[in-house]
Amino acid sequence: MFEKKHEMLRKLVREFAVNEIAPYAQEIDQTGKYPEELRKKIVECKFHCVTIPEEYGGCGGDTTSLAIVAEEIARVDATSCSEIMPNSLSGSPLMLFGNEAQKQKYLRGMAEGTMVGAFGITEPGAGSDTAAITTTAEKDGDYYILNGRKCFISNGPNCDFITIFAKTDTKAKGVSGISAFIVESKLEGFSRGKIEDKLGIRGSKTCDIVLENVRVPKENLLGKEGQGFKICMATLDSGRIAVASQGLGIAQGALDEAVKYTQERIQFGKPLSKLQNTQFEIADMATKLQCGRLLVYDAANRKDTGQPYTKEAAMAKYYCGDLCNDIAYRSLQFHGGYGFIKDYPIERMYRDARIVSIYEGTSEIQKVVISGMIFGKK
Amino acid sequence: MNILVCAKQVPNTNEVKIDPIKGTLIRDGIESILNPDDANALEEALKIKDRYKDVKITVITMGPPQANEMLRECIAMGADDAVLLSDRAFGGADTWATSNTISAAIKKIGNYDIIFAGRQAIDGDTAQVGPQIAERLNIPQVTYVQNFEINEDEIKVQRQLENGYEIIKVKTPVLLTTVKELNKPRYMNVKRIYDAYKKEIPVWSANDISVDKDTIGLKASPTKVFRSFTPEPKGKGVMLEGSSKEKIIALMSDLKQKHII
Repeated sequence: MFEKKHEMLRKLVREFAVNEIAPYAQEIDQTGKYPEELRKKIVECKFHCVTIPEEYGGCGGDTTSLAIVAEEIARVDATSCSEIMPNSLSGSPLMLFGNEAQKQKYLRGMAEGTMVGAFGITEPGAGSDTAAITTTAEKDGDYYILNGRKCFISNGPNCDFITIFAKTDTKAKGVSGISAFIVESKLEGFSRGKIEDKLGIRGSKTCDIVLENVRVPKENLLGKEGQGFKICMATLDSGRIAVASQGLGIAQGALDEAVKYTQERIQFGKPLSKLQNTQFEIADMATKLQCGRLLVYDAANRKDTGQPYTKEAAMAKYYCGDLCNDIAYRSLQFHGGYGFIKDYPIERMYRDARIVSIYEGTSEIQKVVISGMIFGKK
Repeated sequence: MNILVCAKQVPNTNEVKIDPIKGTLIRDGIESILNPDDANALEEALKIKDRYKDVKITVITMGPPQANEMLRECIAMGADDAVLLSDRAFGGADTWATSNTISAAIKKIGNYDIIFAGRQAIDGDTAQVGPQIAERLNIPQVTYVQNFEINEDEIKVQRQLENGYEIIKVKTPVLLTTVKELNKPRYMNVKRIYDAYKKEIPVWSANDISVDKDTIGLKASPTKVFRSFTPEPKGKGVMLEGSSKEKIIALMSDLKQKHII
C-alpha cells in the first residue's frame, strides 16, 4: 500500500507535526488565532499543495500522500488541517474543471501560498439538501450577477476567492440549473458575516459569505453552465478521503493520549494500564482504528490506481467520522476529571472530533451514498 | 561552487543498546537516521546554495545499500546529487580505512571548493573521519565550526572551544567539521521527496574508485575494538543533613564503615 516515498513523507510530517504544530495546538484552540509563522512553515514544506500538479506550482502527489499528511497533522492538531485545504475543497474544483488561465491564476496562487481559497455550497436553507440552494447568477453581457448567502464557509474570513455554487437556471428542476463560479473577495458586493464561535477546530475560521449584486466576469465560470452539481459532487467525492484521514488522525491522537495517560495514572496502587478493563478497551480502540486506517488507505489507493472509489471514500468518511468521536470519548473517559479540563489535549481532541461526522457530507449523507451504490440509483 | 557533504547513516542511539555478551550494538528494530551533526553540515551547504547561484551540493556516504534512503533524505532537504560507496570490501572499516575510501571517492569527484562534514557520528563518537579526509586530500581543515561566513572565496569561521571560540580565516578548498550550534537543519519538503525518488543514486564499489584494495575495510583497520559495554549505573548519592559538625561525623563514620579510611 505504501511506497518508500510515502514512508519518508510520513516521517517528515510526523516530525513536523510534533516539533512545530503540537507546541501551538493549545494556544490556537484557546485564542482562535492561527500563527502566521506556522502557516509559513507549512507552506515551505508544501503540505498545502501535495495534490496540486507541478505545472501549477504544486507537488503533483497522489491521494495516499494527502491522506498521510492529513492523518499525521490531525494526530496532533485537527484544526491545522484547514491549512491544507487547497489539496481538496478549495483546490479540487479548479484541478478537476478549471481551464488553463483559471488554474494558472488561482491554483498557482494557492500553491505559492499567496492566495487563500474557499468552497461555497452550503446555505442557511440548503445543507445536505444541495438542490435547495437559492443563490442566483444572472447573465448580463460579459458578466454574471450573483446574489445570495452562503454559510459555514471554512476559511471564509480570510479567503481571496471562493468557488460559489449558484443557480443560473432558476426554472430547471432539482440540481440541473446549478453552475460554479470563481468569485474574488475584492469584488464589490462581496461581504463576510461574523466569525462563528465554534465547538471545535477553533483555529480554522468560519463565516457566512454574502453576495449582493456581485459582478463576476464570465471567464470565471468554472466548467460549463449547469455543471455545478457535478463539480460539487466530484470535489466532495475526493475530499471525503482527506476528511476521513483527518478523523483517523484525531482517533490516533486520542488513542496515543489514552495509552500515555493510563500508564502514568496510578489508582488502586497500580497504573490504570495494569487493569484488565483498560487493556481490553485499548485493544478494542486500536483494532477499530486499524479498520479505519485500512478503509482510508484502500480508498486512497483506489483513487490513485484509477479504480472507482466513491463508495469506499464514503465508507471511510462515515466510519472515521464515528471512529474519532468514539475513541476520543473513551480516551477522555480514562482521563476522568482531568479529561474534562483544558490541561490535557484530550479535551480539545474530543471537541475537534465532533465536526468530522458533520462537514463535507454528514455521516447520514455518506450512508445515502453507500446505499445508493449498493441498490443503484433509482 | 561545488560543495561536498560527508554524511553517515547511524542507528538512533537514543534507543540503541549494547549486547552485553557480544559487546556489539543491538541494531534490530532500531530506526536509522541521518547523523545529527551531518544534518548541520548539509544545512550550512544549503544556506550557501540559498544565497548564491550555481552552487552544487553532492552528498557522499559509505555504508550498506540501505544508506541510499538517507541520501534521498538529503536530496529531499535540498542537495543536488548523492553518491553511495557500498561494497562488502569496505565493511568493518575503522576511521583510517573509512577516510581512505571516502577521500579516494572525493578525488574521483574531483572538483570541490568546500567539504562539510559533521563533527562526529553518534554511533562511534570518534570525530576522526573528517580531519583524516582533509589530511589525505592535503587541504586545510577547521573543526568544530559553530559560525560560518563566506565572501567570494574567503571563509571566516568560529571554531568552538571549551571556553570560547577562535576566529579563523581560510581559503578554499577547505574541509570544515560542523557542530550543532552552527544552525538548525531544515525540513525536507513534499515536492523534493518525490524528486528524490525519481533520482538515480550512483553506487560506487571498490573497483569504481582508485584505491589500493589492501587499504580498505576491516583488514586495513588498525583500530581494534577490545570490548563495548554499558557502564554500570552509579549508585544514588547520599545527602548528609545537619550542621557541619554532624555532617563530618556522619561522613567519617560512613567512610570508616566502608574501610576507606
